[in-house]
Amino acid sequence: MGHESRAAIRRDAAAMAGYAGAFGASFGAVSVASGLTVWQTMVLSLVMFSGASQFALVGVIGSGGAGLAAVPTALLLGVRNAFYGVPLTRILGRRALSGPRRLVTAQLVIDETTAMAVGHDEEPAQRYAFWATGVLLFLLWNAGSLAGALGGSAIGDPATLGLDAMIPAAFLALLWPRLRTAEGRWVAVGGALVATVLIPLVPAGVPVLAAAPIAVVAGLLPRRGREVTR
Amino acid sequence: MTGVWVAVIVASVGCYLLKLAGVSLPPSVLERDDVQRVATMLPVAMLAALVAVELFDSAGSLGLDLRLLAGVGAGVVALVLRQSFLVVIVVAAVVTAVLRALT
Repeated sequence: MGHESRAAIRRDAAAMAGYAGAFGASFGAVSVASGLTVWQTMVLSLVMFSGASQFALVGVIGSGGAGLAAVPTALLLGVRNAFYGVPLTRILGRRALSGPRRLVTAQLVIDETTAMAVGHDEEPAQRYAFWATGVLLFLLWNAGSLAGALGGSAIGDPATLGLDAMIPAAFLALLWPRLRTAEGRWVAVGGALVATVLIPLVPAGVPVLAAAPIAVVAGLLPRRGREVTR
Repeated sequence: MTGVWVAVIVASVGCYLLKLAGVSLPPSVLERDDVQRVATMLPVAMLAALVAVELFDSAGSLGLDLRLLAGVGAGVVALVLRQSFLVVIVVAAVVTAVLRALT
């Protein structure tokens, strides 16, 4: 991987971490407004480190839910990170996942790092994208959370700046190379359709999980042009 | 310890353990051909689903913010025109922000 592509990956990772920082600030403000302390907010950003789960947890607490009632939703939204671990294990290689390093690597397995890794073709670039995004995003998400928790209502709504549009746009951009094949396109369209249909029917977090079986079916189907053994 | 602290700690540790479980599959499983093919397709299906949720989930029911959709659509146009990642996400944000300011 050339010097140039590393710089390009760092730039993309910084852009992603930049808007994550803005959402971290928004999270910090919402969390404190929901009745959590600054310390509780920061434990979430440092240990949970998964935006959807964090917003869901403080949302339930803020709407008056008993503390533990908020846990299942947060966990359900976190299950997809377990699924991401499977392709990332292969991409990251044994060294990143041996012994204590695995404990650190695991914490960085989120939507953004997975998307940045699969958005590249070659393994070295995929690995570099995972680490660059993971480290930068962890730093800015937590810095943003702290600023938001301390600054409270002074923090504006990221939606005013259109930052919420960056999230689907970024994931689409990173998926783009995977849509070059017919199989990739079918799997993506299938996943999006299943999730959309399920949005009003199932709890938050489930629509994304429900897309996983489509990947399983696509992976297990014999491919055209491939010799089918047996 | 209050109920909120219990929720924060239980949910945080739980979310971390889910991540850890995902990167803890034994090599004997991961090296299987079918597992590798599924693993390649897994993020494609799930990230596409995530995009759908970001676009169409309005607090648990189907909803659509046309300004957001137009902004992301503009980002897709930038993608088709082979623009860089940075250009794509900035175009999406700027178009959405301008439409929100105007409407």
